Amino acid sequence: MIRLNRLPGVLRAVAAFVAILILIGIAWEAAKWLAGDPLRHTPWGVVDPPHIPPFVIKQFNDTNLPHVWDVIGAFFQPATRNSQFSLGAVLIDAAVFTGRNALVGFGIGALFGLLLAVVFVRSRLLERALVPYVIASQTVPIIALAPMLVLWVGTGWTSVALVSAYLTFFPVTIAGIRGLTSPDPRALELMRSYAARWSTVLWKVRFPAALPYLFTAAKISATASVVGAIVGEEPTGIRGGLGRAILEFNTQYTTGPQKLWATVMVAAALGIVFFAAVRLTEMIVLRDRAASGEP
Amino acid sequence: MHRAPDPIVRMESVEKRFNAGGATTAALSDIDLRIRPGEFVSLIGPSGCGKSTLLRIIADLIEPTAGKVEVNGKAAARARHDRDYGMVFQAPVLFDWRTIEANVELPLEVMGVARGERRRRRDEMLALVELSEFGAYYPWQLSGGMQQRAAIARALAFEPKLLLMDEPFGALDEMTRERMNDELLRIWERTGTTIVFVTHSIPEAVFLSSRVVVMTPRPGRITSLIEVDLPRPRNEATRESEGYFELVTAVREALRTAHGGTIPEAAPLVSDEPAGIG
Repeated sequence: MIRLNRLPGVLRAVAAFVAILILIGIAWEAAKWLAGDPLRHTPWGVVDPPHIPPFVIKQFNDTNLPHVWDVIGAFFQPATRNSQFSLGAVLIDAAVFTGRNALVGFGIGALFGLLLAVVFVRSRLLERALVPYVIASQTVPIIALAPMLVLWVGTGWTSVALVSAYLTFFPVTIAGIRGLTSPDPRALELMRSYAARWSTVLWKVRFPAALPYLFTAAKISATASVVGAIVGEEPTGIRGGLGRAILEFNTQYTTGPQKLWATVMVAAALGIVFFAAVRLTEMIVLRDRAASGEP
Repeated sequence: MHRAPDPIVRMESVEKRFNAGGATTAALSDIDLRIRPGEFVSLIGPSGCGKSTLLRIIADLIEPTAGKVEVNGKAAARARHDRDYGMVFQAPVLFDWRTIEANVELPLEVMGVARGERRRRRDEMLALVELSEFGAYYPWQLSGGMQQRAAIARALAFEPKLLLMDEPFGALDEMTRERMNDELLRIWERTGTTIVFVTHSIPEAVFLSSRVVVMTPRPGRITSLIEVDLPRPRNEATRESEGYFELVTAVREALRTAHGGTIPEAAPLVSDEPAGIG
């Protein structure tokens, strides 16, 4: 039996993740075993006579819940009927494509969000005037906004990055305001006693104090930027990304559900990669500060 | 006969009124105070008597409603811009993303001092407060007393003529506090800085100061100035001497008589709340 408490933290987290993945797979197949479609063949051979599940739940049939081995197998089969590439290769390419757009969107969004936060902290007047609009901007569904963006900026990856940036900046602004105003008022009195300029106070006091808050927002924004990049591919009609793959496999769902599931798994993996990258950066940048206990 | 040196702090007819939700409170009224260079002056009084407000008026962190404030021969605002004073609060207010060394260097960075000179002064200050081995540590790794020593080192890093201290040892336990008192006196004698020291503690005020300024609230006023003529250097023996007890009693009496026979009750917080950095 593996002594789980002997392994270091990261290894433990990965092991737990894999263990839960396996448990999900087992539960998945167990559900189908009990209430899915009759089982005639598995990768390990024909089931003769076919297994007839004792119950019937429509949601567990082979169209709605393809077998785990079919989903995994789909990665290694051709992406489309006459494609020379495996689905796995196509999806990885698509993930890189979408990931690049998401990264640019994240960068732009985070920078803009931070800038907005600084402006709002500098001028309470501007904050009171503009914050309602900022909040309103987030309640407009992105599905409505993205086509408008495409009309203004044109099709192409810039629009996708902008959609991604749009979903990224808000958490950064809100957390930024909180973080930039978090220093002890006496610290600000101290800086005043040094006759420090506002920009000096910003750089030496407010910004370092805001970093933990900004990283928290960055984790939210990391996943939001991936969603934005995926969603943004639909109105721009751009090809080569996960968004397009999702749309295409959506239309093929009844004949090949496992491909859509495979795509969804890859999209989730992309989100996790972004989150992990932010977390890693945080661990490095904030290494000297007392631990916070955040994931 | 030589002329007395010009006061390093001169306050004339200073008043401070706060407006909180329509009601006006007189935090300070009719304050006249002269502090000579090199003195160690304590401001003592119950909560709400305006001593922290007075300190912040000297520091130009709060503007008086009326009256004149001169620090180092200039208007308080000029003195602040010229960085004529250092400040220490009840909490160390160190930045936890900087090492102790970097914290002590902070004012020097803000003032644009070159790196070599910064290092030199920082090391000198850390040696003065006996924290030299802890330079590379982070504030949260140090005890409260050590953090406060670092805050003092930071306040003195740019060698100001005046040090303003707002109950700096209030959060420490009694033993640490007495030790810090001894250290502060040692530092004071080494640097010759003028110190204005706000405190709640009568024994501490008498032990440290050359003069005790007694204040009472509602409105905040100076009721008496008590000279502390105990010999220096002051130590354990001082704390047990008769002169010391007499002076402690005198200060206690001064606090009492201003209020017709009882130790004055603390005023509600709103009258002494510094208005912040606005």
